[in-house]
Amino acid sequence: MQLTVWTYEGPPHVGAMRVCAAMEGVHYVLHAPQGDTYADLLFTMIERRGTRPPVTYTTFQARDLGGDTAELFKNAAREAYERYKPQVLVVGSSCTAELIQDDPGGLAMALGLDAPVVPLELPAYQRKENWGAAETFYRIARAMAGPHAPAPGSSSARAREAGQRARCNVLGPCSLGFRHRDDLVEVLKIIESLGVDVNVVAPLGATPADLARLGEADFNVVLYPEIAGQTASWLQRTFGQKATRTIPIGVGATRAFIREVAELADVDPSALLRPDLSRLPWYSRSVDSTYLTGKRVFVFGDASHAIAVADVAAKELGLKVVGLGSYSREFAREIREAAARHGVEPLVCDDYLEVEAAITAAAPELVLGTQMERHVAKRLRVPCAVISAPVHVQDFPARYSPQMGFEGANVLFDSLVHPLMMGLEEHLLGMFRGDFEFRDGVAPSHLGHGEAPAETASENDLEEDGEVKTRGASVAWTLDAEKELRKIPFFVRGKARRNTESYALERGVGRIDVETLYDAKAHFGR
Amino acid sequence: MSAVSTQSVPQGKSLGASLGASLGASQGISLGSCATGPKIVQERGQREVFCGLTGIVWLHRKIQDAFFLVVGSRTCAHLIQSAAGVMIFAEPRFATAIIDERDLAGLADIDDELDRVVTRLIERRPDIKLLFLVGSCPSEVIKLDLSRAAQRLSQQMTPNVRVLAYSGSGIETTFTQGEDACLSALVAQAQRADAAQKPSLLVVGALADAVEDQFRRLFAQMGIERVDFLPARRAADMPMIGPGTKFLLAQPFLTDTARALEALGAQHLPALYPLGAEGVAEWLRAAARAFGVSRETFEAVIAAPRARAEKSLERWRPHLAGKRVFFVPDSQLEPPMARFLARELGMEIVEIGAPYVDRRRLAEELALLPPDTPIVEGQDVERQLDRLRAARPDLAVCGLGLANPLEAEGFATKWSIELVFTPVQGFEQAGDLAELFARPLMRRELLEI
Repeated sequence: MQLTVWTYEGPPHVGAMRVCAAMEGVHYVLHAPQGDTYADLLFTMIERRGTRPPVTYTTFQARDLGGDTAELFKNAAREAYERYKPQVLVVGSSCTAELIQDDPGGLAMALGLDAPVVPLELPAYQRKENWGAAETFYRIARAMAGPHAPAPGSSSARAREAGQRARCNVLGPCSLGFRHRDDLVEVLKIIESLGVDVNVVAPLGATPADLARLGEADFNVVLYPEIAGQTASWLQRTFGQKATRTIPIGVGATRAFIREVAELADVDPSALLRPDLSRLPWYSRSVDSTYLTGKRVFVFGDASHAIAVADVAAKELGLKVVGLGSYSREFAREIREAAARHGVEPLVCDDYLEVEAAITAAAPELVLGTQMERHVAKRLRVPCAVISAPVHVQDFPARYSPQMGFEGANVLFDSLVHPLMMGLEEHLLGMFRGDFEFRDGVAPSHLGHGEAPAETASENDLEEDGEVKTRGASVAWTLDAEKELRKIPFFVRGKARRNTESYALERGVGRIDVETLYDAKAHFGR
Repeated sequence: MSAVSTQSVPQGKSLGASLGASLGASQGISLGSCATGPKIVQERGQREVFCGLTGIVWLHRKIQDAFFLVVGSRTCAHLIQSAAGVMIFAEPRFATAIIDERDLAGLADIDDELDRVVTRLIERRPDIKLLFLVGSCPSEVIKLDLSRAAQRLSQQMTPNVRVLAYSGSGIETTFTQGEDACLSALVAQAQRADAAQKPSLLVVGALADAVEDQFRRLFAQMGIERVDFLPARRAADMPMIGPGTKFLLAQPFLTDTARALEALGAQHLPALYPLGAEGVAEWLRAAARAFGVSRETFEAVIAAPRARAEKSLERWRPHLAGKRVFFVPDSQLEPPMARFLARELGMEIVEIGAPYVDRRRLAEELALLPPDTPIVEGQDVERQLDRLRAARPDLAVCGLGLANPLEAEGFATKWSIELVFTPVQGFEQAGDLAELFARPLMRRELLEI
């Protein structure tokens, strides 16, 4: 039993819904009680979907449990098929129906419908939303493309004639995905510019008939391994299709992605490797960005976004990654590797309270996370940008706003940097900090006009004997040192305090006086 | 008269009759009738409603030192989070103890697990005085006895924390029935007042604090001295209940709570529900009569606020009069809402869908509905939407899962969940309630794109 305040992922059947809702010609009959119909509003409200997601719920009640819930399921499946006439009927159970063990797959097969039935086994007490989406995509893809697999022993790779353009599938974009809609446009632009044809995009917008053609591509472009990884590895085993590994988020990764696709397609990438295709490199080099240097950033999200964005933060914006984590336990290895590159402890965790504690401990100046970290950051009065699902209505902006490709890099520059103060603004604040508008306790304008939290001890905490215990740390500050600390501009004071304390701790200095403060400054400033 | 002319059902003819005929032919439907009021049709099929867990979203705000611990699955946690809409609270006073495969396989003792989770929770939140263990679909199906667990935990943690249990499971409760189950649990544990105690008035059903205060003032002006509200704002302030208790229901979905109160000797004061000027006046009148308030005093007390309420409705009536409204089942508030819209704002009721119609507690409401108003109890969402599309109402009142799809089809909609989350009861809120229905229609007139 796990105590959960907020969850990063829904149950696995919600992942299945995301795949079915992304596709055309699929209907999902879900054996589930009435409360589970809440999931419809994720699509209609968050994504502003103008049609109901293609899901029929059996909505069994307690009084049905003594009777025949299997019959209820069969009726629901039959009626849903007759009403919607899908190309494929996907069937499965939610958490409660899993416990009553009605076997939706067997029941639906027995109906003798004209369409193939794809049964889903999604263990709701073990797995979560992204796993459910990956499994669902794989099951539908396998049901449709499987019959076209080359016979065992025959050459599985598609033989391409000389002069014929390479062809790829684009896998992963899905309903309720973080910016999937716009990422797809950006990536298709790249693929087209390389002179590569697109065979199938899936699940978003694909029909089951499209999935039957998956084997006709030369290779796969995997945009979101959380959703498409399983399908891509099955396609590799079955059809010999290689898959891309780079997630094209950021300028560097986009270029690496272009080279990877070009190599798989055997085309020349040079036209797309020109330096002027994104504004990010110049914006990052222009002087106003100097203030970004070494700013402490905490990154948390799904594995793909967190890893990619941490790289952008470090290599393309010059920030210092002080924390990196993900709720995607399936990608723990990748997260650990990335954390090692940045020299931080990996945080693989889906306990929101633990993530909050880790952020607080890391004392970042910027948080890049999900909507939940946005709330943590708000409480800590630290600027934040959202970089990953779980999605919120704000993550479906009306404007074009990809994360991937060169335009995605432009968007990232804006969305990662704008929450911070502009360089010149910060400089001026430092100059005029003696003016009453900039007195202590006034938060930077971009954080609203509230009072900043007491980030140093208040006057009342300065005790008579001239010693102040700092919170949590075993180092005391003398009154003089505390007063001196206050002369440091408030927006760098937290950093000065932390540096001084860690300096004092390292050297076993029990009391921080003015000397210690300046010794530490000299030490860290060297 | 309706602005829509493309309807398939001829105007003037009873839609109820044609509805009954079309429904009677389909499966799983039985026609029932009420002795006095309109005909109630029962429908079975896919329901598109929340489960009772959703009530936690407003109940945890009402009882300020209570914590709601759902014992359920990841789906339950995701539902409450999604229904709450935004993750606004630093650390909300609700959470889910997610049952995992170790619990199901019997590898972990589920009582020990629950003790561990509750202990951790109370350590984190020493401010919690009342803990609800809330049953869910999975906990009901595996027959987890949360009442017994609540008793055990209550003994362990007395006197600091009281632990109660109720079920908000979707196999037993629909949306607002979660509040009914919660209040029933409170009544079962309430202190008993003896027969000698002076009569007291109890208002049952969660109301916004501001609304509660308005009612408290009106009752005081009428001279009704002892007035309690259930639920109280704090765990320690829950009212005593006994034969001297006379209670008004502030919400129409409190069937089990009302029964539990009556079992303790309390007396129900049947009335309209306090929605709209007329509803509030009649609701207050029931209390005034029961407590011997003179007619003159009563009229004097309500005259000014009632006039304000009526005046506030005038502003919205031009937007709503003659418009046709269709209720898709949601909160059980549908019959009193329809009565308010029909009688005070001149709207035409196309269909009242409600998850459950308590004929006894709604008798006064049903009697005031226009004759032949079709009432459909239960739901088959596909057939209901077929009827809605055929009837082409000016306004559909429905849940969030249906609202945008219906808007995309060209229907104006009102999210029904707002009717539960917004303070709408009382004289001072009558205009606000009308505005909730008028706003979607006005908005459509404003937009030129």
